[in-house]
Amino acid sequence: MSAFRVIGKRAPKLDAPDKALGRAVYGHDLRPSGMLWGKVLYSDQAHARVLHVDTSRARRLPGVKAVITAADCPSYRFGYGRDNTPLKGEVVRWYGDAVAAVAAIDEDIAAEALELIRVDYEPLPAVFDPVAALAPDAPRIHADRPSNLFTRYDYQHGDVERGLAQADCVVEDTFTLPYVAHSCMETSFCLASFAPDGRLTLWSTTQIPFLLQRDLAEALGIPGRDIRIIQTAIGGAFGRGLDIYPFEPIAALLARQAGRPVRIAFSREEEFRAAPVRQPLRVTIRSGAKGDGTLLMRDVQAILDAGAYISWGAVTPLVMMETVGSLYRVPHARFQADVVYTNNPPTGAMRGFGNPQSTFFVEVSMEHLARELGLDPIQFRLHNANRPNETTPQGLRITSCALRECLERAWQGCLQPTKDGGRRTEPGPRPSSALRRGIGIAATLNVGGGARIYRSDGCGATVKVDDFGRVSLVTGATEIGQGADVVLAQIVAEVLGVPLEDVTVVNNDTDVKPWDVGVHASRTTFIAGKAAWLAAHQARQQIIAHAAEMLGEAPERLTTAERRVFVKDQPERGVALDKVVRALHFRNAGQVVQGQAWYDPPNEMVDKQTYKGNISAAYGFGAQAAEVEVDMETGRVRVLRLVAAHDVGRAINPMYVEGQIEGGIQMGLGYALTEELVVREGRVLNPNFLDYRLPTALDMPQIETILIESADPEGPFGAKGVGEMGCNPTAAAIANAVYDATGVLMTRLPMTPENVLRALRERGKG
Amino acid sequence: MKYPIQITVNGDPYELSVDPRRSLLDALRNAIGLRGTHRGCDSGDCGACTVLLNGRPVASCLVLAVDADGATITTIEGLAQGDRLHPLQAAFVAHGAIQCGFCTPGMIMAAFALLEEHPHPTEAQVRAGLAGNLCRCTGYAKIVEAVLSAARSIDAGNG
Repeated sequence: MSAFRVIGKRAPKLDAPDKALGRAVYGHDLRPSGMLWGKVLYSDQAHARVLHVDTSRARRLPGVKAVITAADCPSYRFGYGRDNTPLKGEVVRWYGDAVAAVAAIDEDIAAEALELIRVDYEPLPAVFDPVAALAPDAPRIHADRPSNLFTRYDYQHGDVERGLAQADCVVEDTFTLPYVAHSCMETSFCLASFAPDGRLTLWSTTQIPFLLQRDLAEALGIPGRDIRIIQTAIGGAFGRGLDIYPFEPIAALLARQAGRPVRIAFSREEEFRAAPVRQPLRVTIRSGAKGDGTLLMRDVQAILDAGAYISWGAVTPLVMMETVGSLYRVPHARFQADVVYTNNPPTGAMRGFGNPQSTFFVEVSMEHLARELGLDPIQFRLHNANRPNETTPQGLRITSCALRECLERAWQGCLQPTKDGGRRTEPGPRPSSALRRGIGIAATLNVGGGARIYRSDGCGATVKVDDFGRVSLVTGATEIGQGADVVLAQIVAEVLGVPLEDVTVVNNDTDVKPWDVGVHASRTTFIAGKAAWLAAHQARQQIIAHAAEMLGEAPERLTTAERRVFVKDQPERGVALDKVVRALHFRNAGQVVQGQAWYDPPNEMVDKQTYKGNISAAYGFGAQAAEVEVDMETGRVRVLRLVAAHDVGRAINPMYVEGQIEGGIQMGLGYALTEELVVREGRVLNPNFLDYRLPTALDMPQIETILIESADPEGPFGAKGVGEMGCNPTAAAIANAVYDATGVLMTRLPMTPENVLRALRERGKG
Repeated sequence: MKYPIQITVNGDPYELSVDPRRSLLDALRNAIGLRGTHRGCDSGDCGACTVLLNGRPVASCLVLAVDADGATITTIEGLAQGDRLHPLQAAFVAHGAIQCGFCTPGMIMAAFALLEEHPHPTEAQVRAGLAGNLCRCTGYAKIVEAVLSAARSIDAGNG
């Protein structure tokens, strides 16, 4: 593997210097000439009929250039459930519903205009509990639907009843998991501008530029070809950008009415109140095994509060059932989930897409089972771990798989002395102290070769080489900070035999870049990487074919490296790469050197009835082990260290693979200990970073990241996706460590001192 | 009613007329046009808008522009020598401490102030010094690494 020249290098992102200098242009920074400031008026009711919206005073305020209400919107519906409209004129269904919007020459005037708008409501009965929402007489959230049940997922393989009958031990636990906010450091943003010919340009932080084109076209009732999406530098995404949201068509409608560009950037409070959230979950799981530790069955019943409109949060059971059905070998599994409308915030896609939730309840249940059986938790997991080249009963065709090695290395790492010379103390009580230490582990299975959620899981790429040897990759992929720019450039540089600094990446304009389904499901390195790899190979072949003519050699004897094409066993016989390109440009009947490729991986959509099928072309695995200290008097949990071992296929750029895992762990640690968006009666009570606690540099433990390279047969240079899995097992590893320390199973997140003390007291330990 | 103020930003003098409700962050981003300083929360909780005011790190969203009258401000745009990155900027780039980069300018300014106070910081001092600056991407591991590395590099005279 040392044969690689660029693959495996810890090279900085291409945009890192600009970001360090403060020169990167984020959406918030755009100020086109004539730009107006857009603002949205939200409902002050959880559920109500809109009787009247009076905007007359707002319209008369000097400096106001556009005011819109539902009357100005086309009646097209958008969103995953086709149940949403930009502005509401009849019924509001949650506090984040928009009823009017304004655009003005500055932010203050826009804010003042909002205050001048009067809305009369007639309150309707509201429902905030998904169980109550399923009652036959519950208030109906959408009158055109037969009930508040949006959909029911029912998955089974094997025979759970038989598994139960054969099991020597069965455990059952019920878990309650909170709302979580993406908390991107840059709040939601877009800027809409119509050209005189009617064509709309939207500057956006979306993760799905091409799908947004289509969605906006539907929401605005104009053709998709009249919409251009330009992606700015994106200040965090994590799944927030995977759907269309009302503020985007609202900005476009304001821009159309005003005849000027309109920007909407959320305040932080607005971000917490009106942006999507990770869906909360109430779930009961039974797990059973034989006395020798062979896992037999899992049976899961879940209820998901989708909120007032259906976005991607409603689809996360597809991922949860993968964890339930295929993390470890499980002969019998059942997963049933009801997705229910309420008057709460709509739930969206967020990193892991259901997997942090399912990994939490599955892995804590595994720990419970191991302890009930009197088995060593790590041996129990190793005994049941997935292995390479096996198909799970669910139809996941696992190829490369280093789960056992991940488990062993994370666990061993956690048993080693710490960097500061300290060493883990024995679990359980310590003399004259309320502090107890424990260690715990949890594993994860995550799609690593795309995920066929849509009919296409494809991405296009072109690779052009110019007269001076400059290489331009135009990729459909989207850069959201993860480092796709440098990773894709490394792949292209490796194939063409040029230094990384020769490669430019263009990735942000739907008028320029080829189609891609979006940046989600940890798919970009695998799929956009493979597309770039294919396109680079084509360009290389064009160069080699002409160099062969120039040198009078057979093409198969030639190779490329260090900006040259040369004879493999006579490196001195060769020609500079740029010279070959110039020769092609300046000859009669010349040609450009440009490769183009489309890669759509060999995965499949799951069957609509059985939910079985090989959704991904590769699977990523990982395990994290945590050591914690629990204060039995205050309930405070401190994570002393975390060891993460992940099977990444091949680390194209180890620095950013570590970055994905470390950032994932931070998100997982927040999920475990501090993060909860408190929603009561539909209202967000903690819409700021003082009350919604993200982990700070002081809160993060020592992290050791171990990358295991299993060299996937399909991925580019053997790589698999890693974007999400870092955040999946963290909370379970920490909860299992708390269990080790205290003997009490944690069934509620986050494990705040209050929740931990309550759990300790319920079990008579506090 | 607007008030005239004079401030020096990155060595350059500016005379502005500002609304008394406007923050220093607003003045920097909208009146002067230095948009490398970012608005993450506008309530002093996230640190994305950190700048140096008379040499001390402040959340510029919490400072009224009128109160900055006469002050000397350093923003992220004032650290590099032309195109030559400050050692902190270079270390953030080299160590992978930048992902989405939205927190980066504030984080670097906080780190700059930290190194002024503790030229040879321990890891614990770095973590404490950056605790007012939120990052959602990196888990801070590479940010802490970068600051420690920059301290060594400045020490070796590469500053």
